[in-house]
Amino acid sequence: MEKVEKFSGVAVPLKRSNVDTDQIIPAVYLKRITKTGFEDALFASWKQDPEFVLNQPIFANGEVLIAGPDFGTGSSREHAVWALKDWGFKAVFSAKFADIFRGNSGKQGFITGVITEDETKAFWDLIDANPGVAATVDLPNQTVSIGELTASFEIDPYTKWRLMEGLDDIGLTLRDEPAITSFEANRESWRPKTLPAKGV
Amino acid sequence: MSTKSKPLTLAEKLWASHLVAQGKDGAPDLLYIDLHLVHEVTSPQAFDGLRLAGRKVRRPDLTIATEDHNTPTIDIDKPIADLTSRTQIEALRKNAAEFGIRLHSLGDKNQGIVHVVGPQLGLTMPGITVVCGDSHTSTHGAFGALAMGIGTSEVEHVLATQTLPLKSFKTMAINVEGTLRPGVTAKDIILAVIAKISTGGGQGYVLEYRGSAIRALSMEGRMTICNMSIEAGARAGMVAPDETTFAYLKDRPHAPQGADWDKALEYWKSLPTDEGAVFDAEVFLDADKLDPFVTWGTNPGQGVSLLDSVPDPADIKDPNERAAAERALEYMDLKAGTPMKEIAVQTVFLGSCTNSRIEDLRAAAAIVKGQKKAEGVRMMVVPGSQKVRLQAEEEGIDKIFKEFGAEWRFAGCSMCLGMNPDQLAVGERAASTSNRNFEGRQGKGARTHLVSPLVAAATAIRGTLSSPADLEVLV
Repeated sequence: MEKVEKFSGVAVPLKRSNVDTDQIIPAVYLKRITKTGFEDALFASWKQDPEFVLNQPIFANGEVLIAGPDFGTGSSREHAVWALKDWGFKAVFSAKFADIFRGNSGKQGFITGVITEDETKAFWDLIDANPGVAATVDLPNQTVSIGELTASFEIDPYTKWRLMEGLDDIGLTLRDEPAITSFEANRESWRPKTLPAKGV
Repeated sequence: MSTKSKPLTLAEKLWASHLVAQGKDGAPDLLYIDLHLVHEVTSPQAFDGLRLAGRKVRRPDLTIATEDHNTPTIDIDKPIADLTSRTQIEALRKNAAEFGIRLHSLGDKNQGIVHVVGPQLGLTMPGITVVCGDSHTSTHGAFGALAMGIGTSEVEHVLATQTLPLKSFKTMAINVEGTLRPGVTAKDIILAVIAKISTGGGQGYVLEYRGSAIRALSMEGRMTICNMSIEAGARAGMVAPDETTFAYLKDRPHAPQGADWDKALEYWKSLPTDEGAVFDAEVFLDADKLDPFVTWGTNPGQGVSLLDSVPDPADIKDPNERAAAERALEYMDLKAGTPMKEIAVQTVFLGSCTNSRIEDLRAAAAIVKGQKKAEGVRMMVVPGSQKVRLQAEEEGIDKIFKEFGAEWRFAGCSMCLGMNPDQLAVGERAASTSNRNFEGRQGKGARTHLVSPLVAAATAIRGTLSSPADLEVLV
């Protein structure tokens, strides 16, 4: 996982609350065999509407999503995070997140920052006044800024540390690599090995 | 207080012997994985994750893949007709080649249900940890292994690190004492256990099946029991290794050889739960009194003796269970009070990772030999692996089934979950030797009764749920 510190990208207003993961990615897209390539699946139903925010060219390259409260509710599908990342988003800010979605995001190196509802609305107004404006996300200082407005966001210290270190679960386990290697060195010779293949 | 001499359960011994790093501050322990089994459905995103992160498979030599969930059981020499299935199979073949993983593809003699293939190759053995992206990995616990089903993210984790962070578990002893009557088998024991402790009764536990009735079972029977531990919600199920285990393993392709065998054997004999070890919970079941068991509802805990009748939801005290029973009877189109033996089926399925091993096929073949299949009943026999199929053919078992009028298929998961074309029609009722009777599991609107291979065979003859004992009356 890439280390996350500070970045800027086009801010996208998603003026809806209770954005559930069925809306983020409908079930029909879960049959695929890859963990990537879900960008077309992101908000697939809503994208049928030409007025939908991501259909506006100025927001098509969005990287920072500013959404209404209760983002990511419903089904636990990890595909929701994959789809947001595949579209190009790096972070989403909301007044409230569903737990499972937030946990899945942390595993995938995707920032979910909590800001207040007032700050959300203030950011929406700023974007409306200047569509295509960039938001700057500063993870070490836990701030998100658009123009003159800066909001502090909440993220749990363990996830923040993992994102800044660029560690996914696998990355974390690999910190114990010496322990794994020494465990393997003592692995008894009778234990199973699939290779070289026998019985073929 | 001396911890040195603290008596341990089998499961605790396995945990301790695989601990790579102790979790600090509430973090999970990191355990080493001895054997990772892979199949086409839950692995593609895991391999894709490795590619994205530029990671390799740490131990291809502890990993093995087979094609089972999606594979057709007829015309296996032709391209797979279903495009989604074909894509998943092709992805597995590509991933296995790219990451250097041994794969047994359709047509290969070692291809088959992943939980049949591991033991048949002698890869599954006592004292090891086994994982697979499939909930029925608990099957391998029959050898005295700690075997668990995992999710796709965890599959990727094991591929990359050969370890898994795991939260600790509680232990439950399932004591089955006594002698099974003729016609009563391992499947009946586990269906009775699940009916007794319910589908959530094992949650958070590793189950250890103990007692004289378990000791008397073959490895196939023990696998059937451990297989369905997950149906009780358990993390895993196990049976302590003994002479039956060692005899089954000896001289299998990947079983230890020579001095390694002697060393292994000495260690394996130290694995059974110590005298005085304490289980967090205990359950007792009397094998002497057990009848053939069948399910009437839509979860594996909704089962009764074959001699019994469909229960009346009004008699169930727990309001949630009563409501579940009412819904189940409606879905199953059954009336309370109907004797189980009067329930007519249209299909009999003999197969799945629960009951598709050679012993299961032999047992069912012995019942149907020379008999006539009931009018209007379809019977499908799907061996657990190509090797089982070949062995059955060598023994003439395929002929017995064919003469009886059953369909003799190629190996795979087949109708157990209907990911391939082997499905039941809407409203169709089946006696199935598989493990899940969930709504729609074997096909949209399909009705499943879980049964043993013996009950499956007798049912195919009589057309209604039956045991071999009912046939003796006919003869």
